[in-house]
Amino acid sequence: MKASTQAKLWYAQRISAMLLALCVLVHLVTILYAMRGGLSAAEILARTRGNFSFAIFYFVFVLSVVVHAPIGLARIAEEWMQWRGRSLHIALLLVTLLLTVLGLRAVWGVYVG
Amino acid sequence: MSAETLNMRRNDWRARGNAGYWAFVVHRISGIALALFLPLHFWALSTSLQGAAALDGFLLWTDAPLFKFAEWGLVILLTAHMAGGIRLLVIEFGQWHGTRKLWIAVALAASVAVGVLLGAIMLS
Amino acid sequence: MVGLSLMRPLKVKIWRGGQQGAFVAYEVPRLASQSVLDVVTYVQRSLDPSLSYRFSCRVGMCGSCAMSVNGVARWTCRTHVAKVTDEARDDVLELAPLSNLPIIKDLTTDMSEFFDKWAKAKGQFTGTLTRDDEFSNVKPDSPERKKVDAAIECIGCGVCYASCDTVSWRPDYLGPAALNRAWSLVNDVRDAAQNDRLKSVAGDSGCHACHTHTTCSERCPKGIEPTAGISGLKRLAARAAIRGELD
Ligand code: HEM
Ligand code: SF4
Ligand code: SF4
Ligand code: FES
Repeated sequence: MKASTQAKLWYAQRISAMLLALCVLVHLVTILYAMRGGLSAAEILARTRGNFSFAIFYFVFVLSVVVHAPIGLARIAEEWMQWRGRSLHIALLLVTLLLTVLGLRAVWGVYVG
Repeated sequence: MSAETLNMRRNDWRARGNAGYWAFVVHRISGIALALFLPLHFWALSTSLQGAAALDGFLLWTDAPLFKFAEWGLVILLTAHMAGGIRLLVIEFGQWHGTRKLWIAVALAASVAVGVLLGAIMLS
Repeated sequence: MVGLSLMRPLKVKIWRGGQQGAFVAYEVPRLASQSVLDVVTYVQRSLDPSLSYRFSCRVGMCGSCAMSVNGVARWTCRTHVAKVTDEARDDVLELAPLSNLPIIKDLTTDMSEFFDKWAKAKGQFTGTLTRDDEFSNVKPDSPERKKVDAAIECIGCGVCYASCDTVSWRPDYLGPAALNRAWSLVNDVRDAAQNDRLKSVAGDSGCHACHTHTTCSERCPKGIEPTAGISGLKRLAARAAIRGELD
């Protein structure tokens, strides 16, 4: 991969990590709050359905993960599986697509239904 | 592998025991676990597209102790990955010296705290 | 008490041969304040003159005596036997050539790739002045000069390089020493090849491959923190890439 591309990917992973740090912090507090007294779908959906700020928040969350995780996985594949080059890049593109589709579908599900 | 690469020694764990290395191992393992879990998590939430009953059906399923344990572990791994990730960002973007181990301790403490808190909530 | 403890000889295992070699056991008399290099020298002078190893200064100046001591890369001349083995437990001292470098024979490795990577990382100074110009003035307490100070004392021993797992996982990774050298030049206000250097240190085999294990910084006998300089390179190179200056 071109040095400038790799440098940009590094930056993208770090910027998305910064966003994720914020998102996960909020997410963790929500989990701890929501888990009291057990989880029920009605409770969860009452909180999220039609709540625009929730939707925006989880939209940003999903997009950051979509940027962040495949870049990290690429380096693991290269370093621990000696898997490099074109076939790896294609596989990761598929992972990126999968995460995007599943992630946005999940946000849509809890927001709109 | 070329003959040259074969012609050298590799380190074993004696060379790796430093705190920063352990932080890396935890970060990588938690990163892998999160990446594997995430599609499942998204899929589960999408069941709500079929209405609250479907999501409830899924949540009931996850009431099994094994599931609870796995969820608990994942939330701890998420905390560990986040805290360790913030430490990396501090090192890479800040002009810090000598605070690295403190940050590892902070990351560890955050993970334990979240683990205990969540465990208590789950069991109550 | 000292007399008594000196009675028990030190058990040593030394790597003999190339990659197809094996550890060979020796026994060496213990001495007060004995360095690991003293042990190697004793084996070569008194037990087996065919043992190959490198050293020169014996005082931590030249960087040629680095080896893997009980699995950890160290300068042998500045490592006391007592620090790495416990006499009471009769610990064995294990000596091997540095990891991540091709073995020539016994305790000597081929360091050419290690130094070639310094050249690849543009580790050479590119000046603009001639002998007819005035000296350039660099204030000792300027921020750049301080960053150079933190990195400049490297003596090229290879301890950090041998300790870095990223080098094992990506054999073309430039490694902590070469990148640390590049960082000291990045902060040299007189140097005129800054953009070329950033191009050479960015990317797959450059600074962005580093995972901040900090093993290199932990092991460097000079107290240098290559991890800090590599982080600086990551930031500068990424910024230059975004601005399109690396293409
Ligand atoms: C909570 C906020 C997060 C932060 C601050 C964060 C931070 C980071 C950083 C800085 C790295 C680079 C480590 C390196 O190159 O050695 C990284 C790697 C990684 N992250 Fe995250 N991350 C976060 C969330 C996530 C999430 C939610 C996932 C799961 C999808 C994830 C998956 C990964 C993976 C797979 C790697 C590669 C690990 C490696 O290269 O060793 N991260 N993370
Ligand atoms: S901090 Fe970077 S250069 Fe140093 S040992 Fe770790 S990966 Fe190698
Ligand atoms: S940075 Fe330290 S360990 Fe690495 S080559 Fe230089 S002196 Fe040796
Ligand atoms: S012999 Fe010179 S540094 Fe050890």
